[in-house]
Amino acid sequence: MTLWEHIHYIGPALTLLVGAGAVFSIDLIAGRRAPVWGLTLLVIVVAFGWTTAQALDGTAGQALSGSVVVDRFSIFVTFILLVSVLAVTMAARDWLTRLDGNAEFLAMLLVATGSMALLVQANDLITLFIALETTSIAQFIMAGMARTSRSAEAGLKYLLTGAVAAAVLLYGFAFLFGISGSTELPAIADFVRSSPEGQRLPLLLAFVFIAAGFGYKMALAPFHAWAPDVYEGAPAALASFISVASKAAGFAIALRVFYTGLGGGDTFVAQDWAMVFGGFAAISMLFGNIGALAQTSARRLLGYSSIAQAGNIAIGIAAVAAGSTMGPSGVLFFLGTYAATNLGAFIAVTAVQERLGTDEIADYAGLMKRSPLTAGVLTLCLLSLTGIPPTAGFIAKVYVFNAAVQADQLWLLGLVALAVLNTAISAFYYLRWVRTMWLDEPKDAVSFRPAGPTQAVLLAAMLGVLFFGMAPTWLITAAQRAAASLL
Amino acid sequence: MLTTFLLLPLGGAVLSALLPHDRAREARWIALVFAMAAFLVSVVMFVMFDRTAEGYQFVDQFDWIAAGDFTIQYVVGVDGLSAPLVLLLGLLSVVAVLVSWNIDVKPKQYFAWLLILEAAVAGVFISLDLIQFFLFWELELIPMYLLISQWGSGRRLYSATKFLIYTLAGSALMLAGFLVLGVEAGTFDMAQIAADPPTEAIVPMAAVFWAIMLAFLVKLPVFPFHTWLPDAHTDAPTAVSVMLAGVLLKMGGYGILRIVVSIMPEQAIEFRTVLATLAGFSVIWGAIITLRQTDLKRLVAYSSVSHMGYVLLGVAALGPVGLSGAALQMFTHGTITGLLFVMVGMVYDRTHTREISQMSGLMHRMPVIGVAMLLAGLASLGLPGMSGFVAELTTFLGAFGPHPTATIFAIFGVVLSAGYILWMIQRVFHGPPTEQWAHLTDAREWWEYAAIVSLVVAIIGVGIYPAILTDVVEAGIAPIAAIVEAAS
Repeated sequence: MTLWEHIHYIGPALTLLVGAGAVFSIDLIAGRRAPVWGLTLLVIVVAFGWTTAQALDGTAGQALSGSVVVDRFSIFVTFILLVSVLAVTMAARDWLTRLDGNAEFLAMLLVATGSMALLVQANDLITLFIALETTSIAQFIMAGMARTSRSAEAGLKYLLTGAVAAAVLLYGFAFLFGISGSTELPAIADFVRSSPEGQRLPLLLAFVFIAAGFGYKMALAPFHAWAPDVYEGAPAALASFISVASKAAGFAIALRVFYTGLGGGDTFVAQDWAMVFGGFAAISMLFGNIGALAQTSARRLLGYSSIAQAGNIAIGIAAVAAGSTMGPSGVLFFLGTYAATNLGAFIAVTAVQERLGTDEIADYAGLMKRSPLTAGVLTLCLLSLTGIPPTAGFIAKVYVFNAAVQADQLWLLGLVALAVLNTAISAFYYLRWVRTMWLDEPKDAVSFRPAGPTQAVLLAAMLGVLFFGMAPTWLITAAQRAAASLL
Repeated sequence: MLTTFLLLPLGGAVLSALLPHDRAREARWIALVFAMAAFLVSVVMFVMFDRTAEGYQFVDQFDWIAAGDFTIQYVVGVDGLSAPLVLLLGLLSVVAVLVSWNIDVKPKQYFAWLLILEAAVAGVFISLDLIQFFLFWELELIPMYLLISQWGSGRRLYSATKFLIYTLAGSALMLAGFLVLGVEAGTFDMAQIAADPPTEAIVPMAAVFWAIMLAFLVKLPVFPFHTWLPDAHTDAPTAVSVMLAGVLLKMGGYGILRIVVSIMPEQAIEFRTVLATLAGFSVIWGAIITLRQTDLKRLVAYSSVSHMGYVLLGVAALGPVGLSGAALQMFTHGTITGLLFVMVGMVYDRTHTREISQMSGLMHRMPVIGVAMLLAGLASLGLPGMSGFVAELTTFLGAFGPHPTATIFAIFGVVLSAGYILWMIQRVFHGPPTEQWAHLTDAREWWEYAAIVSLVVAIIGVGIYPAILTDVVEAGIAPIAAIVEAAS
């Protein structure tokens, strides 16, 4: 391999990380008047272009002595990451101009995204852990940057739980290394495929520790405790980024490790880790939905909702082991639709908070009259989160549930039954919110408009939610091809 | 043709929503034109329907999502079971627009949601793919919820939410059931699954049967899942009550016949006694509760519970006669109860009360409304010469053999229905005219006449010449009855 090929393989991640340095530097040199926002967008666009080039020329293979790998899977997830960071950056323009330290925030955002892009390419446990920690540290810093007591609390909580999760994850990795004798995922996969029956119990322990570590990233119960506080207290831009990009990266790497690294869905331990994820999925749906019922703060509600949605996605991982061919693609397809949906919802909520200065759902009364665009997009996204046609969320749920049923196992069918009943519970709080926006009388008749870039993001999210709801074939096919490249 | 029927109301809804001014005049004319156009399509479809052929007609089919293992078709078609329901939907949608002529609160939105509701129900009746069916089933919730909660009266929010929760909770497991059927059969195409139904799955087929059946029983609705219906009806605007009683309840009966009985005949046979018992309870319990009602609209709403019990009774009979009776009852109940709700709405528009005790001698003030109400009432209690008689008689004939006890209870329900209908007419329209209502006027707007006449013609037409309907229904029921026959 030439040096250029090595660079090309990690191009998007490299662009984002170098871009972060550039944003820092230009801020140091030019001071407050530096066009950091524009530069950040430029960096993201270049990364987009590079990822597109990788996708078009069919780049696939290992680089950097096998520590990273590029395949359709990493490209698919990188697109989701880039879409989220682009949407978040655009929507945060006005907030950033007021923020003291906007360049640092943007640079940290790029660092977080860049290391996530590296994370989804990781092919051995060490690269994986380093990328994961870089992501986390960047996010801890951002969480505390709003300089309110809530923000500080969120930052600290995120940091403490994150540190514990990292330790647990590392412990799991140590187990895995100790059993298999390698940190490289392909080597571990070969070891697991050789069916070392005697190692079953240590492997199971490793699974639980690793799943717990990833579960923190995915906001999967019982590792979810940070989510509502961080969603509510951290800067809105970061919260929407965490809710989509961090979750996508978490699920992607879980698929990479459990599906690729542990030898696919037909090994002797596959059923074990599938059940671990099945259990987490069930707890997440219950905790998330029941917790959300009582919320009056919009962002807290979205926090609980994201826990419940993580449960839905985890069903896809659980389905993998039982031999469902649709499981991995289900996770990816759900993540794709979820990105459009949750970004739309979160950025609409941010726009309301920006303009009205409130986060209480009761203050959304009559939003339809005050800002039809914001209310319309938020309505559509909430319908999509519920899973009501013709939105993307409907197809995504049908696909993931179908994957689980296809596995033809009783416990998975029970999980699906639990999931559909949870959907009915979730309708209660999502649609109650919709009702408030449409039917209740507004406190005052002052109408407002979100800022220009925010409007563009909201429109894009709306189009995505409708397009993937009505013509999802393209995204599903892309997800299936990405999933197929995992093995 | 069916795709046109589906798209016309959607087109009208989009056009109505895009109107520059929120004025009633343009919105209602757009709604009327598009509803009329859809109705004409349904009439042409019904006239051109080949009554001797079996299988689906006017089929449009293509792969909507085709991605590896995950294929969902767009496939629509009608047979003798769904063709009358499509016609009924076309007719009642026009009536619903007509009786909404006075709506002046956010008319753009109102008519847009009404037309979306029509499209969603149309989708349920013509979809021949399980996932597509489920999609339209869920799609119908949003317009209903908003129509009741925004343009309703009384405890409208409570009623709309109750409707939503009942339906969603009922249909949640339906999706799981559909997925099991689809995965076992390798396709979601209803015709293919019915031709070669899966006989065993990871769970007992009985569990799949009840998972799906529950959704339909809630929708029908059957005792003890019926409590959402009176609330929704009472607080809904007139047009929505017409749609709800006229076509939305039929989605339940239709689903039972099309999906449950056609795909899982063995389980239907196994549980026929349970179904017949539920049916008998619904008829009697519904009728007794109806007798006690003091609110005119609630009275009609509870009578629906009783009358939809006949549909389930016909289904439980599982023979060609009983099943035909169920299918006929769905159509005739749609026209009759549709007319009853139209008349209740007109009375309420004038008196602004629905308390039966406050009304007396209205016949003197509004003879046209009174006579139309009387006609609807007589049809509802099954007077020969009107459509209700044909359907109920067929149902009882079919059901008496297998379920004599339930049928006798149900026939007793007819007696009770004569009681509550005639008593209601007597209290509201007869008796001495009171000073309080001296100022009331009769129906005199063209749209009021149009709504009344179209439904009266349908009721009496089918009563005098039932073959116009029964031929079609029998052609549709024959294959389903044959499936049941083969399974027993």
